[in-house]
Amino acid sequence: MLLVLVGLWVGQNVNMLPVAASSNAPLYDQLFTVLFVIGTILFLGILGLLLYSLIRFRRKEGDLGDGVAVEGNLQLEIFWTAVPAVVVLFVGIYSYDIYDRMGGMIPLSDPHAMHGGMAMESAATGPSDSMPPGMVMAANVPSAVEGAEVRTWGGIGGSPGSSSGALPVDVTALQFAFLFHYPEGDFISGELHVKAGQQVELRMEARDVIHAFWVPEFRLKQDVIPGQPTILTFTPTRAGSYPIVCAELCGPYHGGMRSTVVVHEPDAFDAWLDQNRPATVASAASGLSATG
Amino acid sequence: MTLALPPTASSAPPSLQPEGWLRYLSFSLDHKVIGLQYLVTGFIFYFIGGALAGMIRIELVSPMSDFLQRDTYNEVLTLHGTVMIFLWIVPVVNGAFGNYLIPFYVGARDMAFPRLNAVAFWLIPPAGILLIASYFIAGASQSGWTAYPPLSLTTPAAGQVVWILSVLLLGGSSIFGGINFIATVLKMRRPGLKMMQLPMYCWAMLGTSFLVVLATPVLAGTLVLLSFDILAHTGFFNPALGGNAVVYQHLFWFYSHPAVYIMVLPAFGLVSEILPVHARKPLFGYTTMVYSILGIVFLGLIVWAHHMFTSATPPWMRLFFTIATAFIAVPTGIKFFNWLATLWGGKIALNSAMLFSCAFIVHFVFGGITGVALAQVPFDIHVHDTYFVVAHFHYIVYGGTVFVVFASLYHWYPKFTGRMLNEDMGRLHFTLTFIGFNLCFAPQHWLGLNGMPRRVAEYDPQFTLVNQISSVGALLMAISTLPLLINVIWSAFRGPMAGDNPWNALTPEWLTSSPPPVENWKGPAPLVTHPYGYGVPEGQIDLKGASGKELWTSGS
Repeated sequence: MLLVLVGLWVGQNVNMLPVAASSNAPLYDQLFTVLFVIGTILFLGILGLLLYSLIRFRRKEGDLGDGVAVEGNLQLEIFWTAVPAVVVLFVGIYSYDIYDRMGGMIPLSDPHAMHGGMAMESAATGPSDSMPPGMVMAANVPSAVEGAEVRTWGGIGGSPGSSSGALPVDVTALQFAFLFHYPEGDFISGELHVKAGQQVELRMEARDVIHAFWVPEFRLKQDVIPGQPTILTFTPTRAGSYPIVCAELCGPYHGGMRSTVVVHEPDAFDAWLDQNRPATVASAASGLSATG
Repeated sequence: MTLALPPTASSAPPSLQPEGWLRYLSFSLDHKVIGLQYLVTGFIFYFIGGALAGMIRIELVSPMSDFLQRDTYNEVLTLHGTVMIFLWIVPVVNGAFGNYLIPFYVGARDMAFPRLNAVAFWLIPPAGILLIASYFIAGASQSGWTAYPPLSLTTPAAGQVVWILSVLLLGGSSIFGGINFIATVLKMRRPGLKMMQLPMYCWAMLGTSFLVVLATPVLAGTLVLLSFDILAHTGFFNPALGGNAVVYQHLFWFYSHPAVYIMVLPAFGLVSEILPVHARKPLFGYTTMVYSILGIVFLGLIVWAHHMFTSATPPWMRLFFTIATAFIAVPTGIKFFNWLATLWGGKIALNSAMLFSCAFIVHFVFGGITGVALAQVPFDIHVHDTYFVVAHFHYIVYGGTVFVVFASLYHWYPKFTGRMLNEDMGRLHFTLTFIGFNLCFAPQHWLGLNGMPRRVAEYDPQFTLVNQISSVGALLMAISTLPLLINVIWSAFRGPMAGDNPWNALTPEWLTSSPPPVENWKGPAPLVTHPYGYGVPEGQIDLKGASGKELWTSGS
């Protein structure tokens, strides 16, 4: 009992994670807390048992006798087979549920893929208040590129074809940078700028080797594999600047392949988008050259 | 019979096998010599791999890439991984202890195929030298020990090809060893010795060897295809030529996840031998231990894609591999509870072998818990390819297996050499290693959770302090090898004589002289049907069994 309380306390009060800045991050943090509590209880329990045994049953000076000849105990064996099995099963089902709520079980470009129905079903029956807006929505949008020649792979929340209202960004990963192309304004940026509360759809492609797009504050990671266009959708929720990290060894400058994602408040984002449109930039440049 | 031989036959050596210490440098067919050859070679590569790890930790003291060239850094991390896995852990827990102990345990005078055994060992030094030399000659491989294409196709070809060649040789050595162990355990048992009477290490090596024989050829085939892609510009794994990079990952991990069990199952077996001797109790739950090994072998073969949750695997695959992976915790958990029950009520000698074994339990339980967490797709998506994973697998292979190697060294050194190791030095070694290891790797969990990817030479400056703590831990680990080395070398000449059976153990290797003669026993091989028959009958000691059971319940 004490152990359970300690575990719960540790789980609630020890924060090991960075800020949560996307709609699936709080879900992740829930899962993390559950795993952390269970892990702490198990670890402290076994550690305590081991230390107790080592002290209580240590060999006394000069004692050359043996311990008790217990060769086994079927009930105990069944007990400690059942307990981990139940724990593991619970954790598995719970994490499946979390993953589903994140939108991870949405099928890839093939609408007849397995589990497609399951994702839809639990989207309909799941607790709607805890469901992040926009994450599961994609499941209901019919696949737009159905039958296209290039198979598109989905990451978390990935569903080919933009759901209405998502901000599309083309991401190109190459040694050693991420390039972000905004179809809306037709320009390329070295940083990812997105709007808080609006779903973002990253259409990712790798030019040379495998890279991985990771934003720790969004709890999102997706490998970008050459030859496999990949779509990653997410909804940022908290304004601020967060690091984008390449998480797959991609060559000598792998450690330096970092960028920033800036989550703007809606107005600031529109201003940023306008400011960077080629027309604006061109007129600004011509204005400069006229004065200069 | 020997009585019938004329006396001259024994004075003139019948073969060209050298005698004395020179036989350790020869193509010896004696399983004990081969075992020690594996052990010493393994330790040499351990120190090389450790030095490489030291270079990584020095580089990471500062957030800038300032100690090594960037591509040198990638060569160093590739070599570190490859050396530690293929030249240290696999050869030592399988080759060294397997060769030394298995013939004793089955009551045989040697392995089933002594020549194949010697060949398997002698593949290792050339492969290791080739791998290390590639750094000095053409530049070593830079694509990590995983060698994912297309990166491995674009990095300098010479180093990558030498890496492939070296791993193929080591894989061949491993397969030869595996075949030999299977044949020895199944076919070389002394008449009258049943499978369920074998010491647990035999079962562990049997399971491990099945994994080796099933999985290693897949790696070999994959690497051959990869070398075609590099040398002949075929397109198996090259997306630019219509290949598929993910297929490589599937094939690679089909070997490399079972490889984890190839590294830990023998350690499980060794611990099962050490604990009963020093706790003076029978191994708890022999039958369930056997079945849990078989369960781990089976499950270990069907979990590989949990290394690929972020690389565009379909959802159903993610679900399947999550569940399969998490369920390995069940047979593994059985083993750990059985070890704890073995200790419970014993008379535990807190010597170096026992301390290292118990630290193994602590570390492996911790690594197992993070492992179950990592099996959960949503969890893994955040921490995949980060320092969290680095910390996790070092807890498994270093905190787990390497600690067992040390425990085994303290346990069997008297048998190897006939002399005891110094106990105080052993405890010093344990203390330094234990503190250093945890200081080095525990903080890395936090690093990974908070955004530090693995295999980087430079990182966000907010992680500087924690990385420096980790590097201090690595320094302590480096220092901890000094008492070990001094102890091992000094005791080989000056240690107190051990006698045949210093631990008063029952397994057959202790029922002969130390070191044992060629062909293991002077007389007929002993028949040991109760390798763990320690202990006095239950009635003789008053142990409040009920209170013990209560504690079990709250501990689980």
